[in-house]
Amino acid sequence: MTGTLLEIVGLTKAYPGVVANDDVSFSIGEGEVHALLGENGAGKSTLVKMIYGLVKPDRGEMVFQGKVYEPAEPQEARGRGVAMVFQHFSLFDALNVAENVALGMANPPKTGALAEQIRRVSEQYGLPLDPWRLVGDLSAGERQRVEIIRCLLQDPKLLIMDEPTSVLTPQEVEILFATLRKLKAEGTSILYISHKLEEIRALCDEATILRLGKKVGTCTPRDVTAAQMAEMMVGSELHRPEREATTPGEVRLALKDLSVASPSQFGTSLKNITLEVRAGEVLGLAGVAGNGQDELLAALSGEITSAPGMVSLDGVAIGNKGPAERRRRGLLTGPEERLGHAAAPNMTLTENALLTGAEREGLMSSGFLKWGKARDFASVIIERFDVRTPGTETAARALSGGNLQKFVIGREVMQRPEVLVVNQPTWGVDAAAAATIRQAILDLAAGGAAVVVISQDLDELMEVSDNFAALNEGRLSEIKPAKGLSMEEIGLMMGGAHGMEVAHV
Amino acid sequence: MIYLEKRPQPARALSYVTPLLAVLITMVAGGLLFAILGKDPVEAIRTIFWDPVFGEFAFYYRPQLLVKGGPLILIALGLSLGFKAGIWNIGAEGQYIMGAVAGAGVALALYPLEAWWIFPLMVIAGALGGWAWAMIPALLKVKFGTNEILVSLMLVYVAENFLKAMAIGAMKNPEGFGFPGSRNLQQYPSAHNTEIIAGSGMHWGVAAAFIAAIMAYILLNRHLLGFQIRLTGEAPRAARFSGVKPGRLVLFCMGTAGALAGLAGMFEVSGPAGQITTGFNVGYGFTAIIVAFLGRLHPIGIVLAGLLMALTYIGGEAAQSTMQLPAAAIQVFQGMLLFFLLAVDVLTNYRIRITLGEAA
Repeated sequence: MTGTLLEIVGLTKAYPGVVANDDVSFSIGEGEVHALLGENGAGKSTLVKMIYGLVKPDRGEMVFQGKVYEPAEPQEARGRGVAMVFQHFSLFDALNVAENVALGMANPPKTGALAEQIRRVSEQYGLPLDPWRLVGDLSAGERQRVEIIRCLLQDPKLLIMDEPTSVLTPQEVEILFATLRKLKAEGTSILYISHKLEEIRALCDEATILRLGKKVGTCTPRDVTAAQMAEMMVGSELHRPEREATTPGEVRLALKDLSVASPSQFGTSLKNITLEVRAGEVLGLAGVAGNGQDELLAALSGEITSAPGMVSLDGVAIGNKGPAERRRRGLLTGPEERLGHAAAPNMTLTENALLTGAEREGLMSSGFLKWGKARDFASVIIERFDVRTPGTETAARALSGGNLQKFVIGREVMQRPEVLVVNQPTWGVDAAAAATIRQAILDLAAGGAAVVVISQDLDELMEVSDNFAALNEGRLSEIKPAKGLSMEEIGLMMGGAHGMEVAHV
Repeated sequence: MIYLEKRPQPARALSYVTPLLAVLITMVAGGLLFAILGKDPVEAIRTIFWDPVFGEFAFYYRPQLLVKGGPLILIALGLSLGFKAGIWNIGAEGQYIMGAVAGAGVALALYPLEAWWIFPLMVIAGALGGWAWAMIPALLKVKFGTNEILVSLMLVYVAENFLKAMAIGAMKNPEGFGFPGSRNLQQYPSAHNTEIIAGSGMHWGVAAAFIAAIMAYILLNRHLLGFQIRLTGEAPRAARFSGVKPGRLVLFCMGTAGALAGLAGMFEVSGPAGQITTGFNVGYGFTAIIVAFLGRLHPIGIVLAGLLMALTYIGGEAAQSTMQLPAAAIQVFQGMLLFFLLAVDVLTNYRIRITLGEAA
C-alpha cells in the first residue's frame, strides 16, 4: 500500500424525506480491500452510486489519484478506472457470454478476439468461464463471473463489489476471494460492500461502518470480533431469537416426488422433491438464487398445481388444489417478491390484509367484505410487527421494503397457519426486525405448526432450522439435522462450486 | 428542465379533479378547433354544453339526455369491470347489436301475440344475446390465449353485417313495402319499451342503467369478486397468489359487459329506435369506452360521464343544425375528451418537477 487512491470528503446526498448520506468521509489506499459495512438502508448503495457516477452528491468532494473526481456518468467513472459489479446483474439471458461482455464496451473487438481475451483473463484470475455459453444457462455464480470479467477487461484501479456473495455457495465464495486477493496483490483496490461480518474479517484490510447515512466508525476487521462490528453497525446489542426444544410431532406437510415445470422460460423446473415436515419443526432450505426456490414456493402456495399426491397437508392430498383451498386448510405462504406478488403496490394495507386474510380471519360473510374487520386485522399486524406506516390506509408501495416485509410476513403469521412456507423472510429487513420475524417463526413452530424457511442467508437458516437441505437446479439435497453441519458440508449440499472443479483452484 | 416524478402514492383528490380538468381543456381546444373552422367558439361551446340543459328548447333536449345517456351508462358500467381487471373488451358495439337482434327477434317471432311476459322475455333474450357474443372472445382468450381486443373488435363487424342481413332478410317487415327494416316495436304494445314517466325520457333501459350502477358500486366496494377484479388489474401475480382464477374472471367480466351491452341494445330497439334497421347502431359501444374512462371506471363517475357524453351528442347535433358545424368536428371533440383525460391522468401518479440546470 503505497498511497491513497480515492479520498472522499464530506459527501452528502439527500432525497425527499431522507438523508441517504450525511457528511461521509473516508479514503481507500492503493491495493487496499476496503469494506463498507452497514444494515439495509444505511446508505451504502447511495454512496457507491456516487463514486460510480450514477448519483450526483449534493455536497462534498472526491479525489481520485490526486485529482479532483466528479464523475457525471458511469462512462466517465469507468474512464478513470472505477469499475463496479452490481448485486443485480444486467445480463441478457438470450445472448452468450462474449456478446454480453461486448454490449458493455464502447469499442468492442471482434467476438472471436474478445472471446480469447475473456478466456485469458478468466484463467489468469481463476474464474473459469466459457465465452460461448448462453447466459440463460449459467448459474448465479457464473453470471457474477461474467460481470467481474467484464470489469477486469477494463483494467480497473478500483473495483466496487455490491454484496457479491449473496448469490454464491460457500465454495464459490472461496473462489471469489482468491480472485480478489490476486487482484489486491497486483495493486487493484477493492471497495467491498456487505453486511456479512465473517467475510469482511476474512478479506478486508479496513472497514467503514455506516448507520442511517452517517459514518459511525472505522475498524480493522482482523482486529475486532464480528460481534463488535455488529454492534457498531446496529448501534445496540442484538437480540438473538430463542427457542425451546420441542419434540417433533406428526407429519404435517409432505412432498412426494414433486416435479413441476417452471412457468417461465429461464426458470428452474422442480425435479422429484420429497420431504416431510413435522409439527414443531422448522426446515431450512438453502440454495443459490434461481435454483427452484420461486417454483417451490409456487408449488406449495397453489399457484402451480401438480398431481394431487405430490403435496399433502396433514395426510390429505392437495397437489391439485388452488391457493384459496390450501389457505383454507391452513397452508400459508410468503413469497419472496413483496411488491406485485405478496402485496399489491397501489392498494392500501387494509386491502392487502384482505389479500390473503379474507377467509381465515372472517373478513367477509357470503362474499361480502367487512371493511371494519379488515382494517382491524391490518392494525393488529401493524402493531404486532412494528410496521412503520402512517396508517392502515397507506398504499403498500409507500412503505419501505423492510416495513412491507414485516407486514406481509406478519399477515401470514397472524393467521395461525398449520404449515407456513416463507421465501427470503428477512430479505432487506434491518437486523432488529429480522430478529422479530425469526422469533415469530420459531414461536409458530413451538405452537405446533410446521415451518419451511427458504433463504439464501445461511446464517439465518442455521439460526432457525431444525433440519436443513439445499435446492440445487431444482433438486433437493439430502435432509440433515442443522446442528453440527459444517460450512463445507452445506456448500456441497448447495452444489459445490457451480460449473467448475473445486480441486483445480 | 421538466420531468415527471412518481408519487409515493396516487393522489386521491386529484383523481376526482382530473376529469373536470380534462373537460375544461377539451372546451378550450375544441373552441380553438371551431374557431379555425370559422365559427364563434364561445357560441359553439354554449350551444353544445349550455343550451340543451338551460336553453330555450331545454324541454325537448332534457329527456334526450336520459335517452342517449342510458345506453352509454349501461354499456360503460359493464366495460369498466373488465377494464379494471385489465381485460379489454372493445367489442361492446357488436354485443349491443346482438342484444338488440336477439330481443327484437323474440318480439318479432311472437307478433302479434299480446302477453305480459313478452317484454321480460325480450329482456332476458337481449342480455343473453350480448353475453353469448362476448363469450366468443372470452372463451378464445381463456382456452387459446387469443387477444380479446382484436377478437372482440373484429366481431363488431361481423355483428354489423349480421344486423344488415336481418334488416333486409329474416326480420324484414312483411308489410313494409319492401323497405329494409323490421316492424316497429313501438306499435307492438307487449314489446314496447315505454317511458316509465311520460315525456321524461326515462324508459326501462334508463332505469336498468341506474340499477346497474348501484349493483356495480356494491360489487366493487363490498364484494370479494369486485375486490378480485381490482386486485387483478393492480397486480396480476398478487391476484393469483391470493387465489383468483384468472380464466373465470375473464369469463365473468366479458360476460357481464356483453350482457349489459346486449340489454342496452334491446332497450334501444324496443324503445327509442323501435325497429331493426341497417343503420341501427350509432356507436354507443365505442363511445362507452370513453365514458368508462372519463368516469374513472367508477360507477358514480360513469353515470355522470354518461350524461356528459350524452350532452355532447345532443349539443353536437344542435350545433350541427344551428351553426352548421360538421358532424366530424363533434366526433373529434369527443375523442379529444378521452385524449386529454388520459393526458392529465398522468398527474395522479406523477408530479411535475421543474428544476434549473441538470437533473440528478
